[in-house]
Amino acid sequence: MMTQITAVQAAILAMNSIALGGLLFLLSAGFSLIFGLMRIPNLMHGSFFMLGAYIGVSFLTGATIRWQNPPFTLQIWKIENIFLVALISAAIVAAIGALIERYLLRRLEGQILPQVLLTLGFALIISDLCLMAWTGDPWQPPTPAAFAGAVQAMGLFFPLYRLVILAVAVVAAIALWLMVDWTRLGAMIRAGVDDPAIARVVGIKVSQLFTLVFALGAGLAAFAGVLGAPYLSVYPGVDFEMLPLALIVVILGGSGSLLGALVGSFIIGFIFNFGQAMFPDLAYVILFLPMLLVLVLRPQGLFGRMVA
Amino acid sequence: MNGKARRYAAVAVALLLLVTVPIWVRNAYYVNIASQILLWAIGALALNVLVGYAGLTSLGHAGLIAMAGYPAALLLAGGYGHFVADIGALVITVASTAVFAVLSLRATGIGFLMITLAIGQIIWGIAYRWAGLTNGDNGINVSTRPVIFGMSLDSAAGFYFFTLVCFLLALLTMMAFVRSPFGASVRGTRDQARRMSALGYNVWVIRFLAILFSGFWTGVCGLLFIYYNQFISPQVAALTTSAELLLMVISGGTATLLGPIAGAAIVVIMKNVVSAYIERWNLVLGVIFILIITFMPEGLVPGIARLWRLGWNALRNRASMPGVPVQGKGAP
Repeated sequence: MMTQITAVQAAILAMNSIALGGLLFLLSAGFSLIFGLMRIPNLMHGSFFMLGAYIGVSFLTGATIRWQNPPFTLQIWKIENIFLVALISAAIVAAIGALIERYLLRRLEGQILPQVLLTLGFALIISDLCLMAWTGDPWQPPTPAAFAGAVQAMGLFFPLYRLVILAVAVVAAIALWLMVDWTRLGAMIRAGVDDPAIARVVGIKVSQLFTLVFALGAGLAAFAGVLGAPYLSVYPGVDFEMLPLALIVVILGGSGSLLGALVGSFIIGFIFNFGQAMFPDLAYVILFLPMLLVLVLRPQGLFGRMVA
Repeated sequence: MNGKARRYAAVAVALLLLVTVPIWVRNAYYVNIASQILLWAIGALALNVLVGYAGLTSLGHAGLIAMAGYPAALLLAGGYGHFVADIGALVITVASTAVFAVLSLRATGIGFLMITLAIGQIIWGIAYRWAGLTNGDNGINVSTRPVIFGMSLDSAAGFYFFTLVCFLLALLTMMAFVRSPFGASVRGTRDQARRMSALGYNVWVIRFLAILFSGFWTGVCGLLFIYYNQFISPQVAALTTSAELLLMVISGGTATLLGPIAGAAIVVIMKNVVSAYIERWNLVLGVIFILIITFMPEGLVPGIARLWRLGWNALRNRASMPGVPVQGKGAP
């Protein structure tokens, strides 16, 4: 059952785990804000990741998208810079997220079941539309030329691109933390979450603010999708693979806590990679264990606050 | 005829219609569709115990179907008889339901939903990736259907009658559940959990038992599912299955006995009809979800009744009082 791994393999796995952890953080930071702070059961979050990744891959490779029925083709111009592509894709997906939040989800404020059905409905639609536009074959853009090399340290080669993902995640983590905890905007968001009625009374436009946060979360997921594409590839079904990972991260770290999302992401990144290498059959069971432990011992999550 | 007698007559007619389906339908294809409706109705009734009566929305019921289907298929493939395999599978389902219940009841509302979703996806992942046990994407064949009291279930009609018996048993237990003090306490935990707690009820235990009850019948649905298809693959554990079950419950109207049955009929028929024309069932499913939420949040059956009344009233009002605007707004 257990596959032995060497020290060199372990080092490579650790590197992959850190990169996956970084991606998971970008994915679940937004999820933590939407689900943990705003209490919206957003089942589209994996779909935002996938849609963002597909859009990004199309720009990176200059793809031609052929739609069968009605027939039309869309030639997408090629953009080399992966950060620019990630930003464009994030902007598109954030706009889609904002529209859905503004015009559909907002009307269902506080009603969990309808929100679940609505987001689940969109998740199913997005997955089928992506299948129609980008076919069932996996897409994997080449690693950007600027980051194609490897860094040598301690006699081992670490692919540079993994380090770039980690760096982006760390920058995003610091930026989000500064925004939520230290800016006026963050204070208004926290006020809007804690007591929307009073926040409105003192002049905070809570509803607009929530649309903004939702769009930010959607954009972050799409950003993660683009950055992850050269190393995970994009394929149908990646949406519902990423959604439970984001969920487990948030359950593990504690809902609404950015620090929790950060720590949870790296824990899951390591468990996922090492689990798949050492116990290929049981990878998913092992993924289950930390969630089980946290739920039994500390249901509010590692860094979560107990909510009444 | 008073209300009670009328109700008994309606039940008798419905029973007679259900029992004679293979006689007046004849065509095996349609009898099979009727079997599908009944077996999914069992699953929808089971999910409705949680969604409708307990106020706990589960998105992991596809995982429970797999927790019944896979053990049964594996035991059968291992050479055990149908009786042993089915009882074993149900024991495993209820036991795993108990574990999942303990985990997911650490939260209620949105947290409960998300934990059940995560558990369901993990079961899907196990079914898909643990190829040594589950044969991965290739699935497991269930070569035979059981023979019960000398009646073979291989024919469409034979399987239909067996499914009908299971369905009626499920319906009877659901009716008993709804009317029992336990059913009342489950509804109490849904509406006023804190007050129930103050009255001395153990809310956690009540919810736990409701989940076990739901899990058992979901397991029966899973067993019927593998016998119907004579095959199981990770597909059944996918989120789409949980979504379809939820659609059955919601579209028919939650917290009613007939709602999930009507919902199962709607979804199964729609799926069969739609699949004949386009291969995009997920897209259609998603659009239906959004349409229901936007136009009939209370479910298709009560929703259509409301729209019908609204249209009827509008028509009548216009006929009698021209120029007077119709009172009342569209959606509650």
